[in-house]
Order: sequence, then C-alpha cells, then structure tokens
Amino acid sequence: MKRPLLVILLHLAVIALLLAANYVLPAYHRDVLSRALVLAVFAMGYNLLMGYTGLLSLGHAMYFAAGLYGAGMTMLHLGWSTPAAFGAGVATGVVLALVTGVLALRTTGVAFMIVTMMFAQVFYLATLYFSEWTRGDEGIVLPQPARIFDMGGFHFDPTNALTRYAIAAGLFSLVLLLTLALARSGFGRVMVAIRENEERTRMLGYNVFARKLIVVMISGAVSAAAGAAYALLFGYVGSTFASVQYSILPLLWVLIGGAATTLGPLIGTVAMTYLVDYSSSALARALPDWNISYLGVVGIALIVVVLFFPKGILGTIRERWAKWLP
Amino acid sequence: MSFGPHLLLAMLEGLVSAAVLALTALGLSLVFGVMRVVNVAHGEFFMIGAVVAWAVANALGGDPLIGFIAALVVAPLAVGAIALLAERLVLRRLDYNPEATIVATIGLLYLLQQAALTFYGPEARAVAAPFSYRLQLPWFGYSGYKLFVIGASATLLVATWLVLTRTRIGLVMRATQYDRETAQAFAIPVDRVYAGVFVLGAMLAAMAAVLIVPIQQAHYLMGLDPLLLSFIVVIIGGLGSLRGTVVAALIIGLSDGVISMFFSPTLAKMIATAAVAMVLVFRPQGLFGSTPR
Amino acid sequence: MAAVKPLLVTRNLSRSFGGLKAVDMIDFSLDPGEVRAIIGPNGAGKTTFVSLVAGRIAPDTGVIGFDGRDITRLPDYRRVRLGVAYTFQITSVFANLSVFDNVALAVQRVHADGRSVGATAAGVKAALDAVHLSERSDMLAGEMAYGHQRLLEIAMGLALRPRLLILDEPTQGLSDGEIAGFIALVKELRKETTILLIEHNMNVVMKLANRITVLDAGKVLAEGTPRSIRMNEKVQRAYLGGVAHD
Repeated sequence: MKRPLLVILLHLAVIALLLAANYVLPAYHRDVLSRALVLAVFAMGYNLLMGYTGLLSLGHAMYFAAGLYGAGMTMLHLGWSTPAAFGAGVATGVVLALVTGVLALRTTGVAFMIVTMMFAQVFYLATLYFSEWTRGDEGIVLPQPARIFDMGGFHFDPTNALTRYAIAAGLFSLVLLLTLALARSGFGRVMVAIRENEERTRMLGYNVFARKLIVVMISGAVSAAAGAAYALLFGYVGSTFASVQYSILPLLWVLIGGAATTLGPLIGTVAMTYLVDYSSSALARALPDWNISYLGVVGIALIVVVLFFPKGILGTIRERWAKWLP
Repeated sequence: MSFGPHLLLAMLEGLVSAAVLALTALGLSLVFGVMRVVNVAHGEFFMIGAVVAWAVANALGGDPLIGFIAALVVAPLAVGAIALLAERLVLRRLDYNPEATIVATIGLLYLLQQAALTFYGPEARAVAAPFSYRLQLPWFGYSGYKLFVIGASATLLVATWLVLTRTRIGLVMRATQYDRETAQAFAIPVDRVYAGVFVLGAMLAAMAAVLIVPIQQAHYLMGLDPLLLSFIVVIIGGLGSLRGTVVAALIIGLSDGVISMFFSPTLAKMIATAAVAMVLVFRPQGLFGSTPR
Repeated sequence: MAAVKPLLVTRNLSRSFGGLKAVDMIDFSLDPGEVRAIIGPNGAGKTTFVSLVAGRIAPDTGVIGFDGRDITRLPDYRRVRLGVAYTFQITSVFANLSVFDNVALAVQRVHADGRSVGATAAGVKAALDAVHLSERSDMLAGEMAYGHQRLLEIAMGLALRPRLLILDEPTQGLSDGEIAGFIALVKELRKETTILLIEHNMNVVMKLANRITVLDAGKVLAEGTPRSIRMNEKVQRAYLGGVAHD
C-alpha cells in the first residue's frame, strides 16, 4: 500500500478543514457548500461504480431519488422521524439497486448505459404518475418541525444553517473514509481489476457478476444516502431530482474531479457548483437577454473535459506528480 | 363518438406519431448501425430543426406554404451543418470511442438546448400549417395536413431505402456498417462515410421536425421525448435495420397513440420504457437485428 | 499395478466456429504429476482445446472431467477455484496495475477460498521470488519488458496454487536466456503441479514433457513419449517437416 501515512493524513486534513470551515464561512458559502457536500456524497457513490469498477451508468438519479423519496414519503405520510426516514431512504436505494442491478448487469458498455438510463426514466415517470403522493414536479416541502430530531442524547435542528452544514460535512466525511477504505482494500483491487480486464479477473477465480452487483448496491446505497440527506436537510422533495439531469450531473462531477480518485468527486462537485452559480449570475448580468443557464456551462464543461482532460483534475495530478493518490 | 370511431381516431393520431418517429429513429439507427456510436444529442437535432423551421416561416411571413417549403429545405441543411461541425471537431477526435462519444454528445445536447434558449427563448411557438384542408369522415373531421405528414414521411422513408439499397453511396454505407476494416481495405474513405452518415441522420431528424412543427409547437426542450422514443424504436427494431425501424415505429407510434387516448400518457411511457429496457436486457439484438459479429 | 486416476479427462469434446470444426471429438486424459505438451500446426485447435478445459468457451458436445468431477457446465471462475489455472497466450496481465497488485489478486483469491493462509504480501513475495521478479514489485506491469510480463503471468498462475496449470505458449517472445530460466522454473513447478503446456518450441517440449499430444485440424494426431513422437511419421509430415532418422 502506497504511502499509507500520507494518504490518511491528507484525508483527515480535508475532513478537518471542512468541519472547521463551518465556523468561519460567510452564510452564503456555508449554504452552497452544504448542498455541494451532500451532492459530493452522491458523486462518490457514483464514482465507486463508474470510476473504480468501470461501469458507466446513466441512471443514477434513480438511486438518489429513491433516497429522496424514501425519506420524504415516510416522513410525510407515515410520520417517521429523521433518523428512521433516513434509514428508509437508504433501504429503498439498496433494494432498487439490487433489482435493477440484477437486470442491468446482464448488459455491458453502451447497452448498460441505455438500460440504466431507461430504468431511471421509468422511476422518474413513476414519481409523476403517482403524483397523488409525490406531488410530481411541483414537489413537497417537508415541514420544519418534523425534521428536528434527537439522537444519542443530542438535539439536531436541520433547519439551522450550522447544524445543517455539520451534518452534511459529517456524512461526507464518513463516506469519504468508506471510499478510501474500499479503494485500498482487496475488494477495491478487484473492482479495478474488473474495470481493467474482466475476463482475466474471471480467470483468477472471481465471480465478476456477483462483485459488480455488490458494487451496484453499495453505490446505490451511498447515492440514496445522499438523496435522503438532501430531503431531510433541505426539506424539499421533487421530481426534478429523478430526472435525467441528475444522472448526468454526477457523471460530470466525477469526470471533472477525476474518476477513480477518492477526493475527485468533492473537487468536481464543488468546482461545478460554483461554476454554474457564477456563470448563471455573472453571465446573466452581463448578457441579460441570453438566458444563460446551467445548460450551456454543463454542456461546454462536458465536451472540454472529455476531449482534453479525460482524467479530470485530480486524475491528471495523480498521473503527473502523485502516483500514490488513491 | 362511440368506441370504433374513437379507436380509428386514436390510430390515425398514432400513425402520425409513427410517421415522424420512423424518420427520427431511422437517423439514430443509421448512425449507430454504421458508426457504432450512440448520439444522445439526436433529439436536439430534431429540436433545432423545429426551431429553424419556425425562424424561417417567421422570417418569410406571408403564405405558410412558401414558409413550409423553405423550412423543409433550410432546416435540414442548417442541422446538417451543425452535425458536420460536431462530427469533425469532437467525435472524430475521440476516435468514436463509444463511452467518450456518449459523454460528448450529452455535452452537445446541453449546448444545443442552451443555444435554443438563448436565440429562440423559453417560449413554445406555433407554426401555421402549409395548408388547411379538412377530410370529412362519417364520424369526425380529420386534418388533411396530418394525412400529408404520413404520406410525406412514407415517401422520405422509401427514398432513403432506395438510396441505401440501390445506389453506390448506400452500398458504401452498408459495407462500412458490415465490416469497417474490410471497407477500409477496399479504399472506402471510412472517415467521409462516417461524416456523411452522421449528417444524414441529423437531417432526417430535422425533416421529421419540420413536418411535425405545424402540429406541435417548437420549444427548446422538445427534443427529449423524440430521443427516448427513438431509442425505444431502434432497440426494439434492431440497430441498423431499416425494416425493423419502420415496423417498430409503427408499433410504438400506434400503441402510444391508442394507449394515450384511453389511458394516461405517463403510464404509457412508463410501460414502453420498461418493456424496451427488458428487450435490451434479454434480447439485445431487438426483434429484427442479427446478433452482433 | 494400481491404476492412476486421471486428473483431467475429456470425452468427445467438440467446438465449432461457424463452419469450422476447431476441436473435433477429442478424447484426452492427463495424469496427476504429468507435464504434458500439446503441439501442432497453427490452427490445429490447441488454444481452443485448453480454453474449453479452462471454461473460457463452452463446448458444443462432450464432457470434461476434473479430478473425478464433471465440470462441463461449470463457469470459468468456479473451475479456477477447483484448481485449474490458465495463463493467456496473448499476455493478459493488468497493465495499469503494479506487479504486486497483479499477483495480489491471485493470492487474495486463494486466501478467500481457504486454500492457503497468511498475509497477502507474503504470498505475493513467494510467487514473485519463484519467477525472479521481486525487485520489480512496484513497477507497473505494462511498463515491463515483454519477457517479464510473461513471467508475471506465470507468477499469477502459480499464486493460484493450481492443481492443473495450463501454460499457453509461455516462451513466445522470450530470449534464449529467459527460456532457459523458464525450463528451470517448470522443473521446480512439476513437483507440485500438473502442467499442460502448449508450445511451438520443440527444444522446450523435448526437455520438459513426460508425454506429448499432437493436434491437427481439431483431432488428436498422435500421443506418446517425446521419443516416440519424434519417430512418428505422421507427425513429422504434418508438423515437424521431413522424416527423422534416429
């Protein structure tokens, strides 16, 4: 294992910085970063499947939304508390990942991308069809009092900006360490082997299908955790989060930050969040009639990255200077 | 109106959808069949075709028939030019790598949507039909233009089929689709064939859009539905098979029309999408395609 | 004399590709502890045959038995766990992983099956030591010279603790010195593992093989000791070229 001490220190430093930032950031940035951290968890979940295992899914919005709706619906219609609703969200994601995984993993490459995209589309349409419960596109606001909860003797109010950030950063840190542990473990080694040469991995005695399915379920669980956290922290559940846009965004974040790196998803998500924010507001002020939206920014970013920086920011850094980065 | 005529109306509506869908899907199918890449921006070529059609009709004003004919010429050319640019600048640089191409065409999708949003705006705008003739059936009146759409699409499909099977260009395309390396060995300029096919695919989508825009309004987000439906048609019909595309488009168009009239369109789409995903999982060659070599 | 139970048996094994019968009703038997060489002209079906045994491709007809067990329907990865290891004809190491990681994948697998115990690092070291690649442990596999990559393939095969090690043209592309090293390695290996060896290098075959099976056009042309194969007229005409006088 390469440079274990340096790697662990680096990750702990990032976590410490993020947690400490809560107390020094101006309110606006704290808000943006809270959102970005939860979405970065989503990106990390996606990275496990796409970056490390090489399975490019175009349907991950489905798992994020499973967490979102799993948490939101149980809280709203069944009156569950935040921790229970969170668990429900993650569980929904895992089950969905199992079912879709067993089917989708029968395909590879382009077919896999299309199948996952279609499964996600069915899920999205379902959120519209069952609008009696989900209020479809319009969405549901989760009432503030319902989201307040007690756990382990502590009182948490997600409507409080500092608490919200702390929870988001906490979840992010947990998943970051999980990703790190996985990437450097024997299991992580097999994931990469599957990506590099599937047949050779089989001929070493590995049940590749079962392994892929496990990764799909972990990826689905992490993505659903992000979705559930998003619903519970920001109090809104809506169909947009199940639409194809939220399948494309994690792909973009991971590509920009650096696929198959532990910290890449964080970099990609934060960079793109600020870029979209900045371009929408600054460009919109400069060119008011142009209707500049995230569409143009995301479009250009994707094309530029795939043409010139396929390894992303951290991926390029790793290749040139820091081969030890996990 | 009783059930029978209601069903007939639904089927006529379905035929119109199928007609437009067949053209659009054929474009996608040709690109995948010959180039082995999935163009996720295909729906946006459709959308730009519609938007350009509106722009042309709007600029010319006056007689909608003139506007329509002009649009039928200008829109495919404009979209074809955009497609050529994308193919040269991006796709070729990626060496048509399947996964990278998908990511790049997703970027193209967003770019084209943004372009439409910037230059056309967020509103949906209508274009007048080139002529208004109403066919009077015993139970209901039906738009003559819609019938024209069916006929025009059929004509274009037949024309494409003739080009593919009877001309040298068509032969070259089919040869490249069948075996790229051998085609190169026979001095077929594969790069040019790829560019040509990609442009042709985009132009077919644009033509379909020009036909549909008097019936449906032009809107910068209108490309997503045709894209998904085209995917469904191409997968069910078998990639690269013209006959399969037409048959699948008929099935999808008719059933979508019928189901949407009697049930919720959302449910119809859900069932269609799920069914197609299953086809891809269990029978990847579709209904007509052959197992890939 | 007690009959030795064969380790590997095939009966009526056949596989066609399109119209071509690559493997045509082959009956084959391999005793434990043997080093068996499979030789034959290009296109004789050698790689297809061993691929059928390893489970990479499925047979059209026939049965394959391993250690008394019918493995015909068993998926490839299951056969590896039973003890069948295959090294690829075209080097198939993980080019973007380190040499250590390549072998570690094999060692991990064996530990997971409980067929061996101990730390991964120790297992990797043992395998790399056997092929003299230990100093290159941190190198990227793809950056090594071709000959070393072949050795890495063998190390990975070794690390799987196989009962049957299938080597598909292992000396192709190796220098004379490397080939000599390979011969010495196999002489060590044969004490613990049964070896099935596809080879074109007759020198290697003659030095290592207990018995030779000659394939031609998907069928077994001849089978026997190296000496008898060398004297066999059919083999000489089909493969070795000319008739030897010995």
